[in-house]
Amino acid sequence: MTNAKSDPPRDAQNWAAKVDRLEVGEEQAAAGYNISGRRLTGPQQGFGRLWQRTYTTNVGDVVSPQDLIADWKQHFGEYWPKGATFHTALTGVSPGAVSSIGISTGGMTLATGIMVLYADDDSFTFMTPEGHMFAGMITFEAAEVAGTTEVEIKILIRTNDPLYEIGWPVMRRKEDQFWVATLKNLAAHHGIPDARVTEVTTCVDRKRLWSNWRNVRHNAGIRSGVHTMTAPARALKRSPRT
Amino acid sequence: MSDPVLSMDVRFPNDGVAVIDIVGEVTAACEPTLMKAYEEASAPGAKRLVLNFDGLDYMNSGGIGMLVTLLVRANRQHQQLAAYGLTDHYRQIFELTRLDEAISIHGDESSALASA
Repeated sequence: MTNAKSDPPRDAQNWAAKVDRLEVGEEQAAAGYNISGRRLTGPQQGFGRLWQRTYTTNVGDVVSPQDLIADWKQHFGEYWPKGATFHTALTGVSPGAVSSIGISTGGMTLATGIMVLYADDDSFTFMTPEGHMFAGMITFEAAEVAGTTEVEIKILIRTNDPLYEIGWPVMRRKEDQFWVATLKNLAAHHGIPDARVTEVTTCVDRKRLWSNWRNVRHNAGIRSGVHTMTAPARALKRSPRT
Repeated sequence: MSDPVLSMDVRFPNDGVAVIDIVGEVTAACEPTLMKAYEEASAPGAKRLVLNFDGLDYMNSGGIGMLVTLLVRANRQHQQLAAYGLTDHYRQIFELTRLDEAISIHGDESSALASA
């Protein structure tokens, strides 16, 4: 059925191995209820319009693209702005690693995660699971441009369900603030204290995929809210009876 | 961000069917090449596009993103997308990214054309 070429392709080590459903390690257990057992969602499994968003900055000539990507992989969550946490898997940002994400919103923490789909010396890509705000991929890349290092975050996403789609105008602004702040933090760490970040957004597909409206059953926002509200009951259940 | 190492030739084995032979590296950098091939394949009104990956040497995540964009364009024109020539490695990537749910995958050209 398949093409039988003898040598493994040179990208073989860069891709995650195939998984049907995500599993989380102990270090991700707190957010595991919104990750474990979930399938990955590509743009075609989402609901809303398909957007391509690109954030770009330049960090000058002090750090090479490869060194910047190595540092970014190692300290990924440390460059995020306050209010969001990224719990790296023990294997770090490497192909197949699953990491949990916590986003403070409306007095609770929305728990979800990502899987590292692809990683090489110049870039790495995350893919989102069911229940995440977005279905799709986000790529972090650095390249040499005219002797300097240009850094890019490229996002190809749909909102995952109708509720998220309703919230898209707000989420879009939050995304802008979030990734601009992330790139500014990254640039500041590499000696550019007030980096200029440019953003380009293109609507790739205006059509909403109504056949995927049932994705709402996995909505991590709703599930995180329920999880927060039922925390006292779970604590009572766990406490020893006297 | 670098020059693409890729060629794409278009042929028309049957009425309404176009095959795009992909040779080289599929990355985001080759989007203009793929879109040019898509335009050429669609010009005679092909309703089924078959991607031949037999000559695929390398693909990164940008390549997958580009295929998603191609899929959207094809869906908009009510065209079906099929693929063949994928090694086990690339077939697994299609399955991992769930592209196989939108692009039907076949073992060889004859089965890809027969399913049209």
